[in-house]
Amino acid sequence: MFQFIARRLAVSALILLGVAAITFVLLYLLPADPAAQIAGRSGNAQTIANVRHELGLDRPLPVQFMSYLSKLAKGDLGRSYTQKTEVISLILARLPATLILMAAGIAVEVTLGLIFGIIAAINRGGAIDRLVMMACFVGVSAPQFVVALSLLYIFALTLGWFPMSGFGTAAHAVLPALTLGVLGAGWYARMVRSAMIDVLNQDYVRTARAKGISERQVIYRHALPNALLPIIAMIGIDIGQFMSGVVVVEAVYGWPGIGQLVWQAIQQVDLPIIMGVTLVSAFAIVTGNLVADLVAPLIDPRIRAR
Amino acid sequence: MMKTWLKRTALAGCLAFAPLPAFAAGSTIVVTYKDDIATLDPAIGYDWQNWSMIKSLFSRLMDYTPGTADLVPSLAESFTVSPDGLTYTFKLRKGVKFSNGRELVASDVKYSIERAVNPKNQGPGAGFFGSIVGHEEMTAGKAEALPGIETPDEGTVIFKLSRPDATFLHVMAINFASVVPKEAVEAAGADFGKKPVGSGAFTLKEWVIGQKLVFEKNPNYYVKDTPKIDGFTVEIGQEPLVAVLRLQKGEVDISGDGIPPSKFLEIKNSPDGKDLIVDGEQLQTGYVTLNVQMKPLDDLKVRQALNMAINKERITRIVNGRATPANQVLPPLMAGYNSAYKGYAYDVAKAKALLAEAGLKDGFSTVLYASSTDPNPRIAQSIQQDLAAIGVKAEIKAIANPNIIAAGGTKGEAPMIWSGGMAWIADFPDPSNFYGPILGCAGAVQGGWNWSWYCNEAMDKRAAAADSISDPAKRNERAEAWKGIFTDIMADAPWIPVFNERRVVAKSKRMGGADNIYIDPTRVINYDAIFVK
Repeated sequence: MFQFIARRLAVSALILLGVAAITFVLLYLLPADPAAQIAGRSGNAQTIANVRHELGLDRPLPVQFMSYLSKLAKGDLGRSYTQKTEVISLILARLPATLILMAAGIAVEVTLGLIFGIIAAINRGGAIDRLVMMACFVGVSAPQFVVALSLLYIFALTLGWFPMSGFGTAAHAVLPALTLGVLGAGWYARMVRSAMIDVLNQDYVRTARAKGISERQVIYRHALPNALLPIIAMIGIDIGQFMSGVVVVEAVYGWPGIGQLVWQAIQQVDLPIIMGVTLVSAFAIVTGNLVADLVAPLIDPRIRAR
Repeated sequence: MMKTWLKRTALAGCLAFAPLPAFAAGSTIVVTYKDDIATLDPAIGYDWQNWSMIKSLFSRLMDYTPGTADLVPSLAESFTVSPDGLTYTFKLRKGVKFSNGRELVASDVKYSIERAVNPKNQGPGAGFFGSIVGHEEMTAGKAEALPGIETPDEGTVIFKLSRPDATFLHVMAINFASVVPKEAVEAAGADFGKKPVGSGAFTLKEWVIGQKLVFEKNPNYYVKDTPKIDGFTVEIGQEPLVAVLRLQKGEVDISGDGIPPSKFLEIKNSPDGKDLIVDGEQLQTGYVTLNVQMKPLDDLKVRQALNMAINKERITRIVNGRATPANQVLPPLMAGYNSAYKGYAYDVAKAKALLAEAGLKDGFSTVLYASSTDPNPRIAQSIQQDLAAIGVKAEIKAIANPNIIAAGGTKGEAPMIWSGGMAWIADFPDPSNFYGPILGCAGAVQGGWNWSWYCNEAMDKRAAAADSISDPAKRNERAEAWKGIFTDIMADAPWIPVFNERRVVAKSKRMGGADNIYIDPTRVINYDAIFVK
């Protein structure tokens, strides 16, 4: 177990290093010039050259990269080009909102996914199954902007049940979480349905039924726990997805997540922020997957034995 | 029963006679923006969200009468200019305090301007102070101070210029000349932009990063009866469409990003429309740059033909009529605007004839760059159609702003660029601001903003001569000089001027004041002057 964790940590570190290197090189190759951005419209050649020198952008690529890595080792993500604020404080300021939205969004997705998946699995082949799967399909295909605006218009503007935007109370989080949940539930539902169908065909389920256990007990105590494994893996991936920022939902609801931060940074060619958010997302994805891999044996003893 | 009735009547009576406040006591308003506020450091802040806030947080030697382009002394109680225009002496107002309690003195002014020029601070406004003695050495990194700024005593600042500069008083009013206290800057280090300390009409009470900024009025501000609101909260990360919905509901007072095109007509035609919409002229021109160093645009006849091919009326319809077609470089409100100039009329036949004269009767292929933010791709398509009508096949490249800026600033890269979404609004209300960076030789460099790469040495000389007419009595002479320069530039047709865009701001019904303080030519939103009805 210890060996397993140690090995995974080492691999994760290598992955993060690779992400940092590739992103750094790609940003370096961008045609857009951050020095010209900062020097602004009235900057002349001298100002642009000065800015480039101050930011260290006139050094060769490997030198710039090593300098970035050495700062990274100390936990310093550098300072934003446009704001001059430390990138780490900008990200940390928005992290709680991102994490809350992630947790709430995943909770809604998983809940809805489980409900629809189980219903579909039990009624497999029937009209209800097809209806539920169709609904999931629509949910997954619907454009985020449209769903977000529709929910906002109906529940916040017209009915006034929820605040129209912002961050602070549980009420603020409902509509954004609902938007993301509705859009992502389809993936989970389909996965739950397949896993459940698989499990419901197993011998031990037949045995349980033969023993006279109620159908509900069969489903919830015997079948469902065995069908959860793929869900855990999906949650791991989902964490990564959320952590890279859900820009559209954040934009519509005025949710102060890191998606808006990195979107603006891209517009302004603010390289330190782009690098910082990329690394934080990569870190989250890697950690999410690591946790998923650690939780899996707890759910499925068969994995533990291997 | 009787008792209750009596009580209620008495209460109603009291309320009927209660004095009404002149405007709502404790009036704080809500402003929204989509983009995060980058910084409130006056030496580096240069986008149109923080421009207004910085104006209201700090003070400068000069300022403008609200809603106008008229210069008035601000921190300076009075000033004199030497007859040769090379020495400006400002006498400072007494008793002005920074928000940290310390009194503002002359050495603060010197410190602040040197800070704005020092290359270490990467300030985009360093170039504006070019006429102060010692500027070249400082920007080259050879000096740490500007010998051209002298402070003989705490109440006097003397500027020595290397050449007469007609824009100097405007430069003393621009954000980059805001006065900051050295100790606060050094205490905050690179974080001064998030913890600003100034002497303006407002102070920054709170900044929740990523969410909101709370500004509070400065009770000791030296201008009487200013500001008129007790404070304002800026909420960021708000999508303009949602902001307008909230404004209609009464949750938001000013939508900083205006009204999205999809809602514009609906609001304009609604019963409250005229109270909610503020529509004002800006010192702005939208244009297509023609790269005079790339074939076949190096031929004057070709550039003139292109000028005659564009249907500017149709383009103004694309922006819901919020613009007026332009025929020259300067916007109508700017001194030096030539109201008699007719420009290149829309004449497709003449355009084709000119192209034939240039030996290109079958047209040619070219590339048109445009910003990918709506409505610019649609405007680019309209231009593409117009060009096709005279045989010019233009491929559109609709990409992100920084990439266009990079392409425009690279020699031989971009034949035509539609300036929408990027350029050009005046930094200060003076015609020279429409020349230097975008039409002068100094801007025709790698990374520069002169995307037509037009470099006419004779024009540069005339521009410098016009800018040396710094005597305010000769203001008209100077305006005439600039009028001549820009009219002659149009004869060279390095641009196709398309329109002068008006700015639209959405404000709630309770906001009062003339339109020109919501679309202030030098402040964008004049927080010092707006009030709640």
